[in-house]
Amino acid sequence: MEHGLQSCHGCGLLSRPAPGKEEGRCPRCDEELVFRKPASLERTMAYLIAAAVCYVPANLLPVLTTNTAGGSESDTIMQGVVLLWSPTGWPLSLIVLFASIMIPSAKILALLYLVFTVKRGSIENNAQRVRLYRMVEIVGRWSMVDVFVDTFTVSLIQLQPLMSVEPGPGLLFFAAVVVLTMLAVESFDPRLIWDSAAAKETKREVQHA
Amino acid sequence: MPDNENLSNVPEAKAVPKKRTRLSLVWVIPIVAAVAGVWIAVTKILEKGPEITITFSTGDGLEANKTKIVYDGLTIGTLTSIKLATDHTHVIAKAEMSPKTESFLVKDLKFWVVKPRMSGLSVSGLGTLISGYYIGVQLGESKESERSFAALESPPVGGDVPGHFFQLQTKTLGSLGEGTPIYFRQIQAGQVVSYELDKEGKFLNVKIFVQSPYDQYVTPDTRFWNASGVDLSLTAAGLHVQTESVISILAGGIAFETPVTDSPQAPAEANTSFTLFDDRTAAFRPPPRDPHSYLLVFKQSVRGLSVGAPVEIGGIQIGEVTDIQAQFDAKAAEFSVPVTISVDMAQHGVKLLNFPKSEDRAANYKRIMDTLVARGLRAELKTGNLISGSLFVAINFFPDEPPATIDWSQDPVQLPTRSGQLEAVEDSVANLLKNLNQTVSNLNLTVSSARGTLTNADRLLTSSDKLMGNANNLIAPDSALNAELNNMLLQGGDAAQALRVLLDYLERHPEALIRGKTGDAKP
Repeated sequence: MEHGLQSCHGCGLLSRPAPGKEEGRCPRCDEELVFRKPASLERTMAYLIAAAVCYVPANLLPVLTTNTAGGSESDTIMQGVVLLWSPTGWPLSLIVLFASIMIPSAKILALLYLVFTVKRGSIENNAQRVRLYRMVEIVGRWSMVDVFVDTFTVSLIQLQPLMSVEPGPGLLFFAAVVVLTMLAVESFDPRLIWDSAAAKETKREVQHA
Repeated sequence: MPDNENLSNVPEAKAVPKKRTRLSLVWVIPIVAAVAGVWIAVTKILEKGPEITITFSTGDGLEANKTKIVYDGLTIGTLTSIKLATDHTHVIAKAEMSPKTESFLVKDLKFWVVKPRMSGLSVSGLGTLISGYYIGVQLGESKESERSFAALESPPVGGDVPGHFFQLQTKTLGSLGEGTPIYFRQIQAGQVVSYELDKEGKFLNVKIFVQSPYDQYVTPDTRFWNASGVDLSLTAAGLHVQTESVISILAGGIAFETPVTDSPQAPAEANTSFTLFDDRTAAFRPPPRDPHSYLLVFKQSVRGLSVGAPVEIGGIQIGEVTDIQAQFDAKAAEFSVPVTISVDMAQHGVKLLNFPKSEDRAANYKRIMDTLVARGLRAELKTGNLISGSLFVAINFFPDEPPATIDWSQDPVQLPTRSGQLEAVEDSVANLLKNLNQTVSNLNLTVSSARGTLTNADRLLTSSDKLMGNANNLIAPDSALNAELNNMLLQGGDAAQALRVLLDYLERHPEALIRGKTGDAKP
């Protein structure tokens, strides 16, 4: 930014920004050129809030309804964890606990932390914060495991009238949480972490001079 | 950007004007999410039905979030929590009912655990073996709202079936139990609901349910009796088998019948108490009318006499034995058995003729009894059944008995007794045996003397045997006698020869008798 040049997101062509206030487009591929993702923090916050809102019903509503001859039983994620917890099944129980409850919440909290620090103009722990962002980004795609397992179970276990499994409303919210957090990660621009640091450095240099 | 002359060959971006919105559209997403969340929360809260508390005596088979409350096959609630009461005697369960079930929750709503049950011969709730127990509901009629209930131990009988509950009092339960059928004219008309011991533990209160339309035949006069098993009776007319149904043979049963009267009676009110009789005969025994108790003192054995044994006069029952005791008189050193009997002629259908009604009843009664005893009225024990040896009290007239009177100061009044027929038979049998004994001993003597005679005869025979032996010896071919006899015979022969020669000579020479033999005279 300090060099006043823009790199195209589409083709990587480095170009000078367009004159005037308006942001320009890439002369080669017509991609919109921006210094930073537009309204990055605002979008991230919006997605995060939506994810947090969805996170509540995702955990309170049942994700699976098992119908057996003896009656039907609806389980939330947490009930599933409790159900799986046994001397032999505890690793599975832990996996579900991590993948379905801790990771989504950790993602939301981590992104919130990033957004707030950027907003405050913090210059500390920049490297760590970027690493945190990368982790959140990598983990994101694995969060859908739960949804996949559920959909597989639902499609496989249809032994009417003996036993059948149906998805619960919680599953929809859980998927929404995963998608929204991924969108939040996507809309967050990690370069913002360095911007405030760069700005401070520039200021110091100016003062020096 | 003043200091980038050296980058002047970098192309400049196009300037494209862009519309800007103040608020990013992205905020629609959290708003939608929030709206969806709120909407779901609101519907959840709206869906949430009333919460009720049910107390159970046992938590057996109940599971939180699993056990359903089912009415007519539809789930109307689920148990949400089950915990032990603070006094540890029962279980308190909280249940969340479906929405709009408030109208159900009235004071006399009944809950019970539906599980496999066997009552009588009927099995119910088998489905719960697979599905797990659930909680059954019977609607109440009260208008008063209620949120706290106590579950029943067993499903309520009757339920929506119209009918009436009655109480039966019995001394023993027999083979009765919950669900035992109740028969009216051998049709199942109801069942036993429950039974409990009365407070003093003297009898059992059996609660029964008689369903409509049979309940209208239960009047205050109705008799209930235990129809369990088979009623066998052997009479002069043959073997009688009476039973209500095959099921009642196996599982017991109660039958009821209302005596036919001229004026039909109104049905009995609910929860009327009846006596449960042991059998039909007992049930239809007329009630006592004018009972009199008497004391009979027997000095003989009363083995075979039992309480309830009939008292008969001329083969007609007029009362029964009510008490049998024993007493020992130290002064007379005598053991006797006082037997109390209750005589009720009217109850047993004896027609009472020519009874002066105006006279004082008691005095009249005394006078009659005095007359009867003076005429020889005596009580005695008789064998009613030869096989079982059961006795009954027979009242008869024995004018030859020594005279007796009634002591009216006693209570109950003592009637004179007579050693019964049995005793007399025993005496004569004893006598007979005694005589027989004597005869036998006499016979014994005869036999022993006969034995002496026989010995003598034996001796005689022995000697005669010897005699015969001797005789045998005598006449044996080589015996001396024989030889001598032979000699004698030979000599006799010789003698005869000589005689014949002499006779021949005499024939030819008769003169020889006179002259003697002449040697030269030749024939």
